[in-house]
Amino acid sequence: MSPPLLSIRDLRVSFPTRQGIFEAVRGVSFDLGRERLGVVGESGSGKSMTGRAILGLVRPPGRVTAERMQLDGQSILNLPERRMRKIRGSRISMVMQDPKFSLNPVMTVGAQIIEAYRLHAGGAKAEARRKALEMLQAVQIRDPERVMGAYPHQVSGGMGQRIMIAMMLAPDPQILIADEPTSALDVSVRTEVLNIMDRLVRDRGMGLIFISHDLNLVAQFCDRVLIMYAGRIVETLPAQDLHRARHPYTQGLLNSLPRLDAPVARLPVLHRQDSWRDDLPEGL
Amino acid sequence: MNQTLPQSRREWLLSDAPQTRRQARLGAIYQGWLTFRSNKLAMLGLIVLVLLIGMAILAPWLSPQSPFSQNLAGRLQPPSAAHWLGTDHLGRDILSRLIHGSRITLFIVGTVALIAPVIGLFIGTVAGFAGGWVDQVLMRITDIFLAFPKLILALAFVAALGPSIGNAVLALALTAWPPYARLARAETLTIRNADYIAAARLQGAGPMRLLIRHIWPLCISSLIVRVALDMAGIILSAAGLGFLGLGAQPPMPEWGAMISDGRTYILDFWWVAAMPGIAIFIVSMAFNLLGDGLRDVLDPKGGRQ
Amino acid sequence: MLNVENLDVWFGHDPDRVAAVTSAAFSVAPGESFGLVGESGSGKSTILRAIAGLIDSWSGRIEVAGKPVAGSRRDRAFYKTVQMVFQDPYASLHPRHSVDAVLSETLRLQGMGDIDRRITRLLDDVGLGRGFRFRYPHQLSGGQRQRVAIARALAAEPRLLLLDEPTSALDVSVQAEILNLLADLRAEHGLTYVMVSHDLAVIGHMCERLAVMQQGRILEIMSADALRRGAGDDPYTRRLIAASAGYSRA
Repeated sequence: MSPPLLSIRDLRVSFPTRQGIFEAVRGVSFDLGRERLGVVGESGSGKSMTGRAILGLVRPPGRVTAERMQLDGQSILNLPERRMRKIRGSRISMVMQDPKFSLNPVMTVGAQIIEAYRLHAGGAKAEARRKALEMLQAVQIRDPERVMGAYPHQVSGGMGQRIMIAMMLAPDPQILIADEPTSALDVSVRTEVLNIMDRLVRDRGMGLIFISHDLNLVAQFCDRVLIMYAGRIVETLPAQDLHRARHPYTQGLLNSLPRLDAPVARLPVLHRQDSWRDDLPEGL
Repeated sequence: MNQTLPQSRREWLLSDAPQTRRQARLGAIYQGWLTFRSNKLAMLGLIVLVLLIGMAILAPWLSPQSPFSQNLAGRLQPPSAAHWLGTDHLGRDILSRLIHGSRITLFIVGTVALIAPVIGLFIGTVAGFAGGWVDQVLMRITDIFLAFPKLILALAFVAALGPSIGNAVLALALTAWPPYARLARAETLTIRNADYIAAARLQGAGPMRLLIRHIWPLCISSLIVRVALDMAGIILSAAGLGFLGLGAQPPMPEWGAMISDGRTYILDFWWVAAMPGIAIFIVSMAFNLLGDGLRDVLDPKGGRQ
Repeated sequence: MLNVENLDVWFGHDPDRVAAVTSAAFSVAPGESFGLVGESGSGKSTILRAIAGLIDSWSGRIEVAGKPVAGSRRDRAFYKTVQMVFQDPYASLHPRHSVDAVLSETLRLQGMGDIDRRITRLLDDVGLGRGFRFRYPHQLSGGQRQRVAIARALAAEPRLLLLDEPTSALDVSVQAEILNLLADLRAEHGLTYVMVSHDLAVIGHMCERLAVMQQGRILEIMSADALRRGAGDDPYTRRLIAASAGYSRA
């Protein structure tokens, strides 16, 4: 087995509050290879904070500690902002939930992609422009010339998210972190965006961390799934085995979803247990 | 009531599950106080203002001499043991005048702070909430007031009403409200379409109730912050009117008028103008610091961790 | 209970008028639970808002409990018949009003007496308990806020509840709790629901019949059984059902 792209041991993120230290992430460990890794959990489970910590985006007074956080064997834990900025974008990219808030509203789409590319790869403007067009084609935008000249408010949500993906993939990163990339999108658009992401990640041999609250979506889209609860990983499963999950939390989440193919009179409700917070996950 | 519970008063106040209306309200106030207290500079501002208020209340007992008693033999004395801050051109003790002047300053600030935001709040929220032609008319009136420099407009008012401290306050209040109206209107426009307003409407709440119970509480906090930050400007405007002889009339120890008196001697007897100037500076600064602290506490968008 | 005929809703004025809903028609029987599904911008929430009187730019006919309504004016009796629960529990509670303030104001507006006892009952009804009575919204989780919003809607003892994506801002485990609560309340109080959602599974779970909407038009009205079988008459419906079944790799 080749060495992992990203290796994380005992990652912790904490914030001081009036009631004492609050630990949003409490000892998360995993390795990411050239695979699609899903991270699933409810709001407050620490899944987004894990993604932000990897990218060095946890703002003070938040504190990130880890026994190990390595990208390709090189430590990226608490790097100075200047070096982190080089890594962000060129080696690890992130796609956020809502393209409305991630695109600059006063710059054309084309200018933003070109800028993103040149910031990391440098090169002539014409070259960057050619690359931008190529990227837009890669995310299946039919009329890339027109979209290049459009402003973010002139494109739809699904289109905006595809543009974000194009922008993030332009510098050929090794790892893409996608935080709820489709939850602001309609189902019909969602499939399309996922297809594009899937193909790009596979063709380029990238590692993908797909953060989502949607268990079923993750199970269908990813290779491997981490289930997080209260800042810890409670279970790690191959995606196709999700429905054979053993942890009661995972089972509870799966059962509480209403299903078209299996109607029930009452939805089973998740009964949280304190022991889930601290028990060690199985198989680790 | 809190003695019966097996917990400290602090825990009782910070409880996430208050048992009574009173506990909930006190708890919310205490949370705000904790936020405010963590801002050192704002606390400094608060302390200065508390001292100022104390000084105004106790003025007759605190001041070493009468602010009005003249002593032409001892005029323009530099600061000394007998006159800590020196004497002015009529030989009056500057410290005593400053102490008594704090009453006037507080009167001006307090009155303007009561009148201007209330007018602004009323006009702004009504305009924003009603919309349509009501909005147009009220906002054009606001624009007319905003089109004049504040001090010039105040000067015109005082000139028409006759120079006196009461008229100066009135003039300042009448010229200070338009920015509050704008602010309140902008807030109202965002609040007006919120779901909780729609929900209250669905309970049959009329426009008056929506305005007073639902919209005002959310506008007031940002207005309070703004007023605290504007206070320095109001003190300076009042001092400016005093300086121009249109505010407090002699021999009232108004700080602005005191600077004006000292102007003639500023090169040889600097303390006559400088002492009231420093007083104005300190109080304005204190209000600014207080305003910053209040913003942290009251801003509903700030959220609390 | 509810009858909607030939409903058009628009925003703005000519020439920039945008049609949000075009000739929508459906009726809901007393005690029934009716769903409106569609993607964003399909006009499903707009219909609810027009019924509730939160939009006045509409034409057509809306009848609630046999009585037609007009514009955005509604009388007291209307608010005692129809209430609404909004999508975002973080935006539907006044940030400065405690649970107690919200419920007592509502009860007073509805002309109810015996407010203390009623508040306790309402809180029990929505599974919160009286310990929550004096909390402010920022002291509540998303699910608890939505329970308060439901209690507020129930305070008027309405017969028709308009539910605008009541669970889409919540975690799935909390969604299950709220959906169960809504089902219990409906059985207990004999309520009629009109529920808007983009989630077909939620509608399939909660409703007996549903209307599928696209771009302001109702494409078809079908039963929940037909939805489960994936048997839509319209190709868009079938596509929507297939897409919401999940992701399958292309």
